[in-house]
Amino acid sequence: MAIIKLSEDKVRVIKDICASFGNKSGEIINVLHQVQGRFGYLSAEVQEEVAHELNMSVAKVYGIVSFYSFFTMQPKGEHPIDVCLGTACYVRGAEKVLDAFSRQLNVKIGECTPDGKFSLNTLRCVGACGLAPVAMIGDKVYGRLTPDMIPGIIAEYNN
Amino acid sequence: MINLTIDNKPVQVEEGTTILKAARKAGIHIPTLCHYELKGMKLENRPGGCRVCVVEVKGRRNLAPACATDCMEGMEVFTHSARVVNARRTVVELILSDHPADCLTCAKSGECELQSLAQYLGIRDIPFKGEQSHYRADFSPSIVRDMDKCIMCRRCETMCNKFQTVGALSGVNRGFKAVVAPAFEQDLQDSPCTFCGQCVMACPVGALTEVDHTRQVINAINDPKKTVVVQTAPAVRVALGEEFGMQPGEIVTGKMAAALRRLGFDYVFDTDFAADLTIMEEGTELLGRISKAMAGDKSVRLPILTSCCPGWVNFFEHNFPDMLDVPSTAKSPQQMFGAITKSYWAQKMGLKREDIVCVSIMPCVAKKYECQRDEFKVDGNPDVDYSLTTRELARFIKQYNLNLKDLPVEDFDSPLGQSTGAAVIFGTTGGVIEAATRTAYEVFTGKKLDKVDFTELRGMEGIRDAHVDFNGTDIHIGIAHGLSNARRLLEMVRNGEAQFHAIEVMACPGGCVGGAGQPYHHGNTEIIQKRADALYREDAGKPIRKSHENPDIQTLYKEFLGEPCGHLSHELLHTHYFDRTDKVVIEGK
Amino acid sequence: MHVLICGGTGCKSSNSLDIIDNFRTILKEKNLQNEVQVIKTGCFGFCEKGPIVKIMPDNTFYTQVKPEDVRRIVEEHIVKGRKVPELLYMNPENKEHVSDSKHMDFYKKQIRIALRNCGFVDPENIEESISRGGYEALAKCLTEMTPEQVIAEMKASGLRGRGGAGFPTGLKWELCAKNKADQKYVICNADEGDPGAFMDRSILEGDPNSIVEAMAICGYAIGATKGLVYIRAEYPLAIERLRIAIAQAREYGLLGEDVLGTGFNFDIELRYGAGAFVCGEETALIHSMEGQRGEPTLKPPFPAVSGYLGKPSNVNNVETLANVPVIITKGAAWFRTIGTEKSPGTKVFALAGQINNVGLIEVPMGITLREIIYEIGGGIKDGRQFKAVQTGGPSGGCLTAKHLDTAIDYDSLVAAGSMMGSGGMVVMDETSCMPAIAKFYLEFTCEESCGKCSPCRIGNKRLCEILEKITSGNGTMEDLQNLRNLAAVIKDTALCGLGQTSPNPVLSTLDNFWDEYVEHVVDKKCRAGVCKKLMKYEIDREKCIGCGKCAKGCPADAISSANYIAPGHKLSSMTIDAEKCLKCGACISGCKFGAISVK
Repeated sequence: MAIIKLSEDKVRVIKDICASFGNKSGEIINVLHQVQGRFGYLSAEVQEEVAHELNMSVAKVYGIVSFYSFFTMQPKGEHPIDVCLGTACYVRGAEKVLDAFSRQLNVKIGECTPDGKFSLNTLRCVGACGLAPVAMIGDKVYGRLTPDMIPGIIAEYNN
Repeated sequence: MINLTIDNKPVQVEEGTTILKAARKAGIHIPTLCHYELKGMKLENRPGGCRVCVVEVKGRRNLAPACATDCMEGMEVFTHSARVVNARRTVVELILSDHPADCLTCAKSGECELQSLAQYLGIRDIPFKGEQSHYRADFSPSIVRDMDKCIMCRRCETMCNKFQTVGALSGVNRGFKAVVAPAFEQDLQDSPCTFCGQCVMACPVGALTEVDHTRQVINAINDPKKTVVVQTAPAVRVALGEEFGMQPGEIVTGKMAAALRRLGFDYVFDTDFAADLTIMEEGTELLGRISKAMAGDKSVRLPILTSCCPGWVNFFEHNFPDMLDVPSTAKSPQQMFGAITKSYWAQKMGLKREDIVCVSIMPCVAKKYECQRDEFKVDGNPDVDYSLTTRELARFIKQYNLNLKDLPVEDFDSPLGQSTGAAVIFGTTGGVIEAATRTAYEVFTGKKLDKVDFTELRGMEGIRDAHVDFNGTDIHIGIAHGLSNARRLLEMVRNGEAQFHAIEVMACPGGCVGGAGQPYHHGNTEIIQKRADALYREDAGKPIRKSHENPDIQTLYKEFLGEPCGHLSHELLHTHYFDRTDKVVIEGK
Repeated sequence: MHVLICGGTGCKSSNSLDIIDNFRTILKEKNLQNEVQVIKTGCFGFCEKGPIVKIMPDNTFYTQVKPEDVRRIVEEHIVKGRKVPELLYMNPENKEHVSDSKHMDFYKKQIRIALRNCGFVDPENIEESISRGGYEALAKCLTEMTPEQVIAEMKASGLRGRGGAGFPTGLKWELCAKNKADQKYVICNADEGDPGAFMDRSILEGDPNSIVEAMAICGYAIGATKGLVYIRAEYPLAIERLRIAIAQAREYGLLGEDVLGTGFNFDIELRYGAGAFVCGEETALIHSMEGQRGEPTLKPPFPAVSGYLGKPSNVNNVETLANVPVIITKGAAWFRTIGTEKSPGTKVFALAGQINNVGLIEVPMGITLREIIYEIGGGIKDGRQFKAVQTGGPSGGCLTAKHLDTAIDYDSLVAAGSMMGSGGMVVMDETSCMPAIAKFYLEFTCEESCGKCSPCRIGNKRLCEILEKITSGNGTMEDLQNLRNLAAVIKDTALCGLGQTSPNPVLSTLDNFWDEYVEHVVDKKCRAGVCKKLMKYEIDREKCIGCGKCAKGCPADAISSANYIAPGHKLSSMTIDAEKCLKCGACISGCKFGAISVK
């Protein structure tokens, strides 16, 4: 028997979201999208509660969360950085841009800086291939990047 | 009917038959790995994932998985063309390239389907070198998970979710990292696992195995201060022979007793004795509840549910926390045996509790967990110290250079070795309730049964129900084997859709004969059926076939317990259940 | 007068929304807000020159507009009727300004069917769609045609699925229509996952009504009352516009109960993808919509028999559906006049990579790669040499100069060792290393494999590892042989389309660039200078003045004094410790004396 500790607020949010989808297990992906939208990530505790509300096994919920790359169990940084590694960006030097971010922040892909400010990830094609290579910081798209632009971009967020 | 040719041999099959089944019908062997079927039990795992059974179909662009491709009129199938053999071999080489090559020390060696396949294909070297999957090994009280060996056949996942509806396991992650695991890859012990072990039974490789307690038992036997007592469950005696080249269903009770004695056990007893005791307690409890209900007592919970099967007990603790007062409070035969051994028998023999080591031989892996439950311990000393599976016993016997076939037929020791035919059938689905019916009928009606065989309670249907006439009183009995069936039956009860007086549940297919501690049947349900038939044969051959007529049981009550469900019985032979569902707790409260 | 401003993702990231705001403010300032309508449209396609502003009705096409340019456009063009030449597209050859997109090389060879409304209508206003013929086809189907006739027309058109393998759409509809059931589903696959393809997104952002209309037509044809769009959650703008289109269509009686008073019921719901490329495979997509892991299952049963929730379902991708209304209104015969015999119509490609005009193009089937790359695409960037073009994304392959004059359609691409796929088209020049490109795609496949079947789960991983070995300079000729054998077995045995096509990038590069592989293996050389492990950074100690700038900029502290003062210099030259060197190139870009080189 596992004891899951969650704040009252979170429990209420999860219950409401699940109820808005009729507590149907077939709606699990929609539910997870909304829950992650609210909390930023899907902790084990949150998944337990979702499983409970949708009457599914926790193993199944985790099986789904761990399958889809959009879902994450890691908290993201205040400014999540996503470097596009789609083909168009790749052939225009996205790897070098990624290296530059990684060096500048001293984090590996998937990690968050110790102060919680930045997290670094990659994604596949944001549909702005004309601007390749691109990266997104939060909702903002940065295009035609070169490695030497990175320190300046990071500085924008550090001030 | 559909006509096709397989390896140029004309075959005629019904529509909807897969190439694999058609080939088998034609006597053509197509190797498989992920495919797993419990025939007659509505369970088939055929994700089409391993790609070992691929065959060439004329006119088709790529190779077809035989296990999941239906035969079509005029199809020309080639199961061993050069293209097929090369592909099959490459696929197995790939699987081996992500599999530890530790066959020498693997618990599954000799029973491993991947090993046999590599032998069949004559693989002598693995051309693909590269990263191998690594996971933390997970040791639970019953089951060891070593996912480095997982080949993603998904059989365990199917057994856990479809057949058992336990939901402890799921496919997690994707790509090369995909594996079957509990939520968050946590330990099995922290999941809703019931330790039924059907995942172990289904696993084609050594990824899921039972925890081996043989060494601890050997140490106890070699310890001169300890008196080591062994008890053997009914289903073991009809399956153990398979490990020694005998036919499924050969009864080896006497030879097994002889083997146990030669292994050095001080007393060789029989769990069947405790099965008779269980009937006395559970039967009395059932009649008590029925009589009260007939007298108009509304607080009585009916149906009574059997509680012999530890997988089933774990299951209802995890899934039906609102119904914990429904099952019988009677302990399982294994635990009753342990409790009596370390009280009544210890007293009789003048032995101290801590000097007795009680070992059970079980067709089951959940029994390993059951005997470690805290409520079955006195000051930390368990009633049953170790539980070995049928497979562990077989290995143990072989290690001591004994061949079961050559051993004489011997009897169990007295007094905990005497049992009736009713106890023997505990090992098959429907057996516990039939045994209970034999006793309950006579106690309830005060009449002698003309015929002790209740064939209406027998069979292999997943859910059965039957009415027994107790001299004008209609007793409605439900039977389920497989936890998905148990769930359905219990949900019907919970929703008031069905009224039963008693329900028997066994977690494994066919009951204990199909238990997860038994010799691997590799999905062949005929083996399970033959074991069950053997139990009914043994029952029929017994001079006494009703539990309450067991003279040693009568003596036990006279000398020690008093009456069934009496004060001492309650203390020693009954238990209570726990809510094991996950709880969401508000932080800070 | 209309001002159309691109609100597609590419232009949006170049501040096109600020441009829209500026237009609104300045027009208001001039009190012209009632005469001039400002419309945020979907993608114009010419992303290379974005953000794009188009003035109608005189069809003036401004490129690379900045927010601060808006005042001039309003004051000069809108008020005084004089075009702003500096903002017009300049023909790179004769340096002449071109004001009308029709006369630009980028657009000349394009025929726009699926993209017909993108850049012409406000996607958030259904009336604009209707004014350009939107929902006419639906009305025609419901009032003049039987479902059988709709299917017959679709079959006659020869339209093939634009999402991958090119299965005939009409036949697919017919199979689904034949199955009787109490409920059927029309599913639109908008989970575009091919890295480097964004046509579905552009259609949904630019013309969502065409998809709503096509789904309703399909529903009528196959006897379904429910439509589901499985859309990538990473496409917020497309989701938003689709939602608006659905809501407006309901309002106008084009969706919901009793559509157009004909008694036909049809409605659409959205389902979100969650980042799994394999969900482009229709059975995986259906499982994902049902709330399961997106693992494909074996076909048969096909979705037409047992799809979403076990009901007959028809899955088409966005671009396929976008063609449907036009086929119905203009007829199958007209459609067949475009494209080739076996692949009628057009195809949208996302043209990207080392090419001058990056963007979204729609061209008739049968066009040659040369026309696309050199005429529409304006040739290779910086005048470098064309090396290869990759089509079909991770499922496709690389084509070379010898394929430049091949007329492209579904079958010719397959014959050339590639495939149409969803329409990614990435052009590469000599700076691309082909074994590294193959590895790039394999890494993608490994990451996106669902893990269900062993050839894909383990086989692709092993392919990738062999490629890693080769690009690290540790490959052997035997590895090249193993690559080929393994790739062939994966193709032959994998469960779904993803696995069956995943070796294509390897096989096609092996076929077309064998020498380059051999160079990596035998000579330990990467001619493109991409494979870091085959490179060595060196400082010419005679040229180095010892300023130490390179050492300061080195992230790995790999540069130190060489203890050698070159003749004429005051300070000791620097040297690179090859063991420590990360080969990041920071030193080269920092050296003003050209003393550092890669060998």
